[in-house]
Amino acid sequence: MIFNRYRRGLFITSFLAAPVILYLVYVISPYIQAFYIAMTDWRGVTATPRFIGLDNFERLLGDGTFWKAVSHNGALLLLLPLITIVIALFFAFLLNVGGPQGLTGIRGSKFYRVVFFFPQVLAVAVVAVLFQQVFRPDGSGMLNGPLMALGIRPIGFLSDPDVAFWSVLGVMVWQAVGFYVVLFSAGLASIPRDMFEAAQIDGAGRLSLFFRITLPLLWDTVQVAWVYLGILALDVFAIVWVMTDQHGGPDFSTTVMAAEIYRNAFQYFRFGYASALGVVMFLFTVGFAILSLRLSRRERIEY
Amino acid sequence: MSNTPHISRRELLRGAALVPVAGALAACATPASQPTATTSSAPAATSAANPFGVAADKPLEVWIFDGGFGQDYAKNIHQPLFKTKYPNVEIKHNATKEITKVLQPRFAGGNPPEVIDNSGANFIDFGALSQDGQLQDLTPLLDAPSWDDPNTKVRDTIDPSVIEIGTYAGKFSVLGYVNYIHGIWYSQKVFRDNGWEIPKTWDEFIALCETIKKSGKMAPFTYAGKFPQYLYEPLLTMAAKIGGNEVLVNIDNLEDGAWTTEAMKSAATAWAEVGAKYLMEGTTGLDHVQTQTAQNKYKVAMLPSGSWLENEQKTTTPPDFEYGMFPIPDVTGSDKMPYGTLHTQPGENFIVSAKSPHPQAGMEYLRGMLSKKAAGDFSELVRTLTVVKGATEGREISPGVTSASKAVTDAGANTVYYRWFNWYGPLKDEAIAATGQLMSGGLTPDKYLERIQKKADEIKNDSSIKKYKR
Repeated sequence: MIFNRYRRGLFITSFLAAPVILYLVYVISPYIQAFYIAMTDWRGVTATPRFIGLDNFERLLGDGTFWKAVSHNGALLLLLPLITIVIALFFAFLLNVGGPQGLTGIRGSKFYRVVFFFPQVLAVAVVAVLFQQVFRPDGSGMLNGPLMALGIRPIGFLSDPDVAFWSVLGVMVWQAVGFYVVLFSAGLASIPRDMFEAAQIDGAGRLSLFFRITLPLLWDTVQVAWVYLGILALDVFAIVWVMTDQHGGPDFSTTVMAAEIYRNAFQYFRFGYASALGVVMFLFTVGFAILSLRLSRRERIEY
Repeated sequence: MSNTPHISRRELLRGAALVPVAGALAACATPASQPTATTSSAPAATSAANPFGVAADKPLEVWIFDGGFGQDYAKNIHQPLFKTKYPNVEIKHNATKEITKVLQPRFAGGNPPEVIDNSGANFIDFGALSQDGQLQDLTPLLDAPSWDDPNTKVRDTIDPSVIEIGTYAGKFSVLGYVNYIHGIWYSQKVFRDNGWEIPKTWDEFIALCETIKKSGKMAPFTYAGKFPQYLYEPLLTMAAKIGGNEVLVNIDNLEDGAWTTEAMKSAATAWAEVGAKYLMEGTTGLDHVQTQTAQNKYKVAMLPSGSWLENEQKTTTPPDFEYGMFPIPDVTGSDKMPYGTLHTQPGENFIVSAKSPHPQAGMEYLRGMLSKKAAGDFSELVRTLTVVKGATEGREISPGVTSASKAVTDAGANTVYYRWFNWYGPLKDEAIAATGQLMSGGLTPDKYLERIQKKADEIKNDSSIKKYKR
């Protein structure tokens, strides 16, 4: 009996060993290495980095640019999910139950579904280059061209430090909305039609349909969206690096944590310091994950 | 002696161990535990014809930065020339736009290639390479006979500033191949057609801007607004002209208050005025190619750039455009440095890896590049000047290069340069950000200089950043 149990344990362990080892090697070990490198002054080319303890972490406390980056990630963390979810919910509602009869989508909803999703299909780098042209500050810009034709001074979408961050946020929302429209549409499809019908018979208008039925029944999906978008806001990199002037400028007005890590590693060759920034970013992300899981514990509505 | 990577017994055992990936991963994410010693191989005998002892059949690996000059010059000029002397040395030619991404892991892994054109926006930090003993000491190259004449040393065929600027930790280890000449660039045709004169003083420059603006034909001035380093260049050169070369030396040496001197204030004030009144619309959001193309389309009259400009723009420049450049005008009437003072600086930096298998061939390759033929052919092909003295003599060269080389001759010994932007990356990015703000009116000249000074002080006080002096 004991022998059998032992044999079974061995059997199970042998199956689990492979994934556990893979996980250790590919996920845990790079993290541990990053923590180690963060405590050295490694500059990327030497084979023998010097151990300097927590110096890098002390240094980053006084790094104004990094904290500016953190504040931008923080602003994105608040705004990106909020704006994206509001717009996506609105579109999803219109596409599925917002039509004139109440239970159908508005006219042409199938077409819009494709159009909304289109940005999601494009690679981030493509989107970034595309919007560089859209935001061009002279007559050749897609937005500034018409403005200038009307005699309005061109807006420095990417060249004015007061505007650039909002331009980045706008592009991120533009790219993300489509996916969440589809996600919420799927959520809406699983809500029984009779709920809407019953509400309509009771005389509910579109607003009540949205706030009394759609939103409460979609709440779980909205929470998922919130967590996904929060993570997107924390690890944003490519769009900022490719699209903005001076990779996070002008004047560091759009820089984010990941951009500062890249800058320190591959431009200043301070790999040790960059790893320390990476560790801090890791802590922020884990913190966000724990927090959002805690806060989103809520009773499910059964239907 | 063969080129197959040397695998030690320990590495072999590790490779065969239960978790081979772990070893491979450790090797790629963190520094290699022990770089394999590759320099131990004894060099071949040296001779007057083969001063470094290049092994006749050991390969040579070359990496070229594929930027404004392309890579054809290496394949079609330098490598065939090398082959004439060493036909059995197999040259492995490579080119990339991202030097760091491709080669940083190879340094960390202990098997770097021999010759690297470590240039472009993503070059590998020279300080980091020097600190780790990765740079081959090129002093033997300086003392070797030149490729053309056994009685002349290489040292005497090149611009002396190359040696000064290429010296790290007391050893000459970086060869700047191209002589970058900075100035204000314009179309000789446009100036001739409109009767506009080259301004010799700052008042004349401002008056010219005013004339151009009033003419309504084009905007007076622009710069690559997305990359404000194009503008801090004339600003710093102007400050050096006003206050003397020590203005730049002090900045490089992180002296207290080096950025906030009177000379710097005058220069910043002068350029802020240009920023406020005479910039082409949209300048701050355009890159170098966009602004340079605007000039080629006769939408703007002048812009600051370096002698690579003509080659960079060769596909969009109208045939009768006739590039010309002029130096920074006199500013105060009592400038410390005379009219014609120029910022010239060797660039397109070539290095030989000390830990590569065949550094001797690397040095020999550079010796070939410094021959008159190689340098002259290079100048004709990519329309720019090299650091090799007199290499363009008797050759057909383009108007821009002609104008720039005349400016160099006129300047004589009155040339300046600065190195802080290569030494201290964070300071460079701060200066870039702040200069953009100065030009768009977001910072006053005083605030502008205070801000950069603050960053310079920060770097000075950061013990983890290696300091340099000149």
